[in-house]
Amino acid sequence: MTERRFFDEMVLEGGDARSPYADYQKWFANEDPKSLLKKSAEAETFFRRIGITFNVYGQKDADERLIPFDIVPRIISAKEWRVLEKGIEQRVRALNAFLADIYNKQEILKAGRVPEHIISRNAAFLPQMIGMMPPGGVYTHIVGTDLVRTGENEFYVLEDNARTPSGVSYMLENRETMLQMFPELFTKMKVRPVSSYPAELRRSLGECAPPNFNGTKPAVAVLTPGIHNSAYFEHSFLADHMGAELVESSDLRVIDGRVQMRTTRGYKALDVIYRRVDDEYLDPLTFNPDSLLGVPGIMDAYRAGNITIANAPGTGIADDKALYSYMPDIVEFYTGEKAILQNVPTWRCSEEDSLKYVLDNLAELVVKEVHGSGGYGMLVGPAASKKELKAFEAKLRARPDNYVAQPTLALSTVPIMTKAGLAPRHVDLRPFVLVSPKRVHITAGGLTRVALKEGSLVVNSSQGGGTKDTWVLGD
Amino acid sequence: MRLNITHKTTYSYDRPVHYALLQLRMTPRNSIGQDVLNWTTTLEGATRQVKYDDHFRNVTEMIEMDAGASSVTITCQGEVEVQNLHGVIGAGTGLAPLWLFLQQTPATAPGPTIRKIAQQVKKATEANQLDGMHRLSEAIAEAVTYRTGMTLSTTTAEDAASEGQGVCQDHTQIMIAAARHLGLPARYVSGYLLMDEVVDQEASHAWAEVWIDSLGWVGFDVSNAVCPDDRYVRVALGRDYGEAAPVHGLRQGDAAEELCVSLQVQQ
Repeated sequence: MTERRFFDEMVLEGGDARSPYADYQKWFANEDPKSLLKKSAEAETFFRRIGITFNVYGQKDADERLIPFDIVPRIISAKEWRVLEKGIEQRVRALNAFLADIYNKQEILKAGRVPEHIISRNAAFLPQMIGMMPPGGVYTHIVGTDLVRTGENEFYVLEDNARTPSGVSYMLENRETMLQMFPELFTKMKVRPVSSYPAELRRSLGECAPPNFNGTKPAVAVLTPGIHNSAYFEHSFLADHMGAELVESSDLRVIDGRVQMRTTRGYKALDVIYRRVDDEYLDPLTFNPDSLLGVPGIMDAYRAGNITIANAPGTGIADDKALYSYMPDIVEFYTGEKAILQNVPTWRCSEEDSLKYVLDNLAELVVKEVHGSGGYGMLVGPAASKKELKAFEAKLRARPDNYVAQPTLALSTVPIMTKAGLAPRHVDLRPFVLVSPKRVHITAGGLTRVALKEGSLVVNSSQGGGTKDTWVLGD
Repeated sequence: MRLNITHKTTYSYDRPVHYALLQLRMTPRNSIGQDVLNWTTTLEGATRQVKYDDHFRNVTEMIEMDAGASSVTITCQGEVEVQNLHGVIGAGTGLAPLWLFLQQTPATAPGPTIRKIAQQVKKATEANQLDGMHRLSEAIAEAVTYRTGMTLSTTTAEDAASEGQGVCQDHTQIMIAAARHLGLPARYVSGYLLMDEVVDQEASHAWAEVWIDSLGWVGFDVSNAVCPDDRYVRVALGRDYGEAAPVHGLRQGDAAEELCVSLQVQQ
């Protein structure tokens, strides 16, 4: 492999800090590396104590694992953030317009801007949502737009995560940890807070009250599959911090046409449910009859306008990676504007010419399953052995429409703290976006994921990635 | 023609039922060729929760069995004025895209028997879709004898076809499966039929609708070898029986269930 140069977000080629990191570098230079390493170890203890762990699928011996945390913040300037914010808002508005269109008139398919088969063969398309127009046309209320950076002014959207973006609890806990460990840094630098996220989530969900709501303050609850779910910590964390009830299937029942929650003083009606139960399990009356995780009749109450489900069922069609490749068209179709944020060029292997190109250049490309997530089942060409390439080639030939390919992006780096001092590692960024009929709110920050292994481009926590606190600077 | 319908459905259990929800798709709507003059649904042993239009614009009611009840009775009664459209419904007003009705479901997935039946009319269908579908309807009626009690509501199209016998539900699902196999969108319709010299019927009726490019949706009643006319009332539609079924439910416990239907369709 030839030597590649990557954009480092902290250090310029001469060794000076890029301006967003100037104050941080000055501070760092005066710190004792040994004591920083000690703090790094303390951070881990802190996380263990509060209990942020996650389950890794496919690892029998390590059911619950801690996501490693790095103490060097990822810093974004106010100016950079403004561009991202504008781009994300545009994209999220387009996504919602698209979802509402697909489940209603399907104008974009009729106009030929997105081919019909992208939807008709999309396993996440939910016929039961046809004709549904949730309040404000909002289908995806909570979005996690994954971004990567390749240069000073080059940002790409990697994934839209319109179905169930997780990880927001890490954003909040990472900040909490940094505030405790380095309070002096926050007095020196103007870092925008992220702590209002739970309150913003509560407000945003409250603005999505269902059509038949006629009270003053909508009742909101978080529906979790239960303690065995890998993200249970996050479900309980969010419910706790936004002052909403955390409920499971057995707590809920449809009474008088409304979804009601068992309490010590009888049943209480809910208006908005932030559900972390997958579509298929949401309602055994309408979907999988064997589901014990859902609420029988919730879809009936939903269609009747008595409850808002966030995110709306069927939203997963937007997370399909073949659909992703049409996002620039989708943004233009619904907003009439060019997309502010770039899409990664994507080859759809279902198309013959693209497949040929992908097979010819497999060693340079990243290949992903169209319905995949979490970094599972993907090939990173430059990091793969000859044998792995060969095996993947067979998979591609067998089911070409199951894959898309993208160039291996030169992801930017941010240093992490190692025993040998600062060392650059590749990062991505997941900002968290809240959508209500009234507004799009983007928390100034997000979850920075970092590939801890030197040279690795895979940042997923399930593949050995860690996280960093993300600082967006004020003006 | 003005049709007067009384449809009483009773589910009885051998012990009280703790919890059960039922979705009813039993209310006809005003649509092309039919005008609902009046319609009521009354419940005994159950309480209505919500009423809404589902994804196929079927009028849907979700009801809950009263706790501890050991039977539930649903009585539908009403009058519908029907025109004779010779089976031609046209484009319809629903939002469900045509491609959705091209997709097979587990109940309609064709096997060798259905593929063989479809093959017989492939050429005719390519030459003229309407003609091909008439021939398909005839071929199914010939291959699958109408006989009650041989199939269940869960019997798939292919199973009924290979058994060579079934009821209107089976005929309809086979027709849908074969039409889709030939590349024509098709859907299941449940409803009522005025029968000659028979007032008391044992069950409601079902037939298929197939999309003919030049006409839109056209109905085919395989069991009676006709296209629906002014004796037919359309109540609900779906991709298969399951989606258009008059009653779909979910119940806790293992009480034994008995179904009793009394249905009169009169002029």
